[in-house]
Amino acid sequence: MDVEILSRLQFAGTIMFHYIFPPLSIGLGLQLFLNELAFVLTKKSAWEAAARFWTKIFAVNFAMGVATGIVMEFEFGTNWAAYSRFVGDVFGSALAAEGIFAFFLESGFLAILVFGWERVSSKVHLLSTLMVFLGSAFSAVWIVVANSWQQTPAGYHIVWHDVHGEMRPRAEITDFWAMVFNPSSVDRLTHTLLGALVLGAFFVASVSAFYLLKKRHQDVAKCCLSIAVPTALIATILSGITGHDSAQKLVETQPAKLAAMEAHFESSDEGTGLFVFGWPDAEAGEVHLGLRLPGMLSWLVYGETDCPVPGLDQIPEEDRPPVLIPFLMFHVMVGLGTAMILLAIAASWSWFRGTLEKRRWLLWLLVVSPVGAMVANQAGWITAETGRQPWIVYPSVQDGVEMMGLRTSEGLSETVTAQQVLSSIILFGILYALLFAVWVFVLNHKIQVGPESLEPQDQQKPRDDQKLLERISHGGAPYGGSLMEDSQ
Amino acid sequence: MISYDALAFIWFVLLGILLCGYAILDGFDLGVGILHPWVAKGDRQRRLVMNSIGPLWDGNEVWLVTFGGALFAAFPDAYATVFSGFYIAFHLLLVCLIGRAVSLEFRSKVHSVIWRKIWDAGFFVSSLVASMLLGIAAGNVIAGVPLEPGYEYAGDLRDQLWWYPLMVGLLTTSLFALHGSVYLYLKTEGELQERIRRAITPIFFIFAGMYGIVTVATLVQVPWATDNFAHLPWLWIVPVLNLLAVLNVPRAMYLKRPGYAFFSTSMVIVAFALLFSVAIFPNLVISSLEKENSLTILNARSSEKTLGIMLIVAGVGLPFVLSYTGVVYWIFRGKVELDKHSY
Repeated sequence: MDVEILSRLQFAGTIMFHYIFPPLSIGLGLQLFLNELAFVLTKKSAWEAAARFWTKIFAVNFAMGVATGIVMEFEFGTNWAAYSRFVGDVFGSALAAEGIFAFFLESGFLAILVFGWERVSSKVHLLSTLMVFLGSAFSAVWIVVANSWQQTPAGYHIVWHDVHGEMRPRAEITDFWAMVFNPSSVDRLTHTLLGALVLGAFFVASVSAFYLLKKRHQDVAKCCLSIAVPTALIATILSGITGHDSAQKLVETQPAKLAAMEAHFESSDEGTGLFVFGWPDAEAGEVHLGLRLPGMLSWLVYGETDCPVPGLDQIPEEDRPPVLIPFLMFHVMVGLGTAMILLAIAASWSWFRGTLEKRRWLLWLLVVSPVGAMVANQAGWITAETGRQPWIVYPSVQDGVEMMGLRTSEGLSETVTAQQVLSSIILFGILYALLFAVWVFVLNHKIQVGPESLEPQDQQKPRDDQKLLERISHGGAPYGGSLMEDSQ
Repeated sequence: MISYDALAFIWFVLLGILLCGYAILDGFDLGVGILHPWVAKGDRQRRLVMNSIGPLWDGNEVWLVTFGGALFAAFPDAYATVFSGFYIAFHLLLVCLIGRAVSLEFRSKVHSVIWRKIWDAGFFVSSLVASMLLGIAAGNVIAGVPLEPGYEYAGDLRDQLWWYPLMVGLLTTSLFALHGSVYLYLKTEGELQERIRRAITPIFFIFAGMYGIVTVATLVQVPWATDNFAHLPWLWIVPVLNLLAVLNVPRAMYLKRPGYAFFSTSMVIVAFALLFSVAIFPNLVISSLEKENSLTILNARSSEKTLGIMLIVAGVGLPFVLSYTGVVYWIFRGKVELDKHSY
């Protein structure tokens, strides 16, 4: 395999693994803040138990996000040196702003959030929690701005530099705010953040529903659900709306991506249909086993069923993205999104009626819901990034002047060999597999132990858990608890 | 307004400050990791050692992340050349930083002796190797690396692992160990503190030995490192202050003023960062092939507009960064204690 495909695989693998954690941190951050806010306002102990419990889950998740995130920052330079030279002037400034505005904020206040419970007042602690949440959201702002600039560049021009006789192009900023508010950044940012809030809400709902099913920590679980379920409802619906806005704009900014997502191969004069499902075959230019609603894509894009949407045949062959992956991933995302909206409506209705606890099937659906939310988040990004191909930076027109883009194949590091990339893929493959196993193990362990509060219902618990709870009630904590000076 | 050349110089200085901030702050974290298995006996002491940096290491690491981002933005060609040229070294550094983070985070989450021993080893090895790699990278930058006319790195891993960078790696590692041991002394008490105090002396002598060796080696192997001193003789005050700061470490420990000793090790790091910057200026990456292939602050810089915008970003952001970093260090001041939220 050549350096290009290996570098792309490496980037895809490391970014997808990284992206397990940040959306959960953002989403969980909001739930944590709201739980703690409820505690500060009501002084009810169940809220405090909830906030402290989610803090521990948050801390583990956050550490994983930080650890896997540095990899991304390094990889731009290690694997994509030519790309870095081309975009550094633009992309680098967004990345540096992320460091200064977001990373310092979240990591500084994280210390107080996690370790400061006994050191600062509850209001200062609440403020720290809010800052951590805002910091994680700000980091999403800058990285999504940078990524959106690659998709729909704006506020820049191309300058040619003489490097010892070789002329090299470079994108340079002309208008910072036009770069930040490029045509897709607001839509994509709101959609990304909402995707994170959906994940966080379903994650909290999942663990809480699990406790209700097992009749453990029911006070805490009910408190958490009363915030998570409405958040899920609002966030899933808004997520659908912003997703629609994002997709609609593609017809102007990235028609090739839209055509690939919808497997729309041939243009025509009539309205364009929408595939509900199917298996596209790019070589044959058709979709197998597809169900197509006539005129539907035209209606979604233009609001009229007979207005044609341009197909892939209008794109020069060398500029066409792959079709199968964007099509499948886009449909997986939309399908899961729709299912999550329905689940959020059903859960909210039952919660409002007070019947949620009795509907065990609904609770079980909530238990598995974070998997759907996670897959939808990942699928959305896969659609966005594979649909951008073969460009790493899209070509554009600025004030009537055509600006060159950069192809993914032109962005590689000249000095890096396939062997080096392969060895790094193997290294990170092993490391990440181990980390994932440990993360799941620790997360499960924490969820099994649960919030530190003793409730009457807990008598039905298995003996092991009972022992753990006894230990808590005697002052020692199972998390980070001492091993009783074992190796003295 | 500030001229384009002045902007490039300011960013050279700001990058130096970011790197220096990282070395001082994460330097003691790495040093604590290196000392961890040697000074802490038993689970409670190991947890005390880990929790001495518990709330701080994450924020300290952000200095490196921001340094990377700022280098990317201010001198994209230098970022691209160094990161792609040091491919394997940087990927190993990443593995170490990940290893350190998860070792701290996971170690105390499960009640099992073997589990904790594995993460103790992870914490130690990742801190040790990360320190070495940072030093090796610095050594290569001082001594120069093979660069093509297009600024691409023209060597491989073997060109990075020769005696001079390895010596700088050992110097960095011993310096971080010394810095970390003084920090730990400040944060602990009782028997643990006593054991740390006894460890400081041998670490100091190892460091002092490396300091002497690398000083001579630099003068012999990297003659151009002193070029800038010839233009600006007053800069000779830096190595003199460096020596005084080094000598002040045992003096302050003897006087039982560990805070002063910690200040001294921090000043040693500042002095090294200054010497490093003066040695390479105005280059960012020195070419060992043709001199004109070197990346300098002039041929690697971003556009004037970007450097200006970034200066505003830094001007707005840095006061916030420093103020809440200060707040966090204030809240977690004093001897380390364990509570139910500790690692």
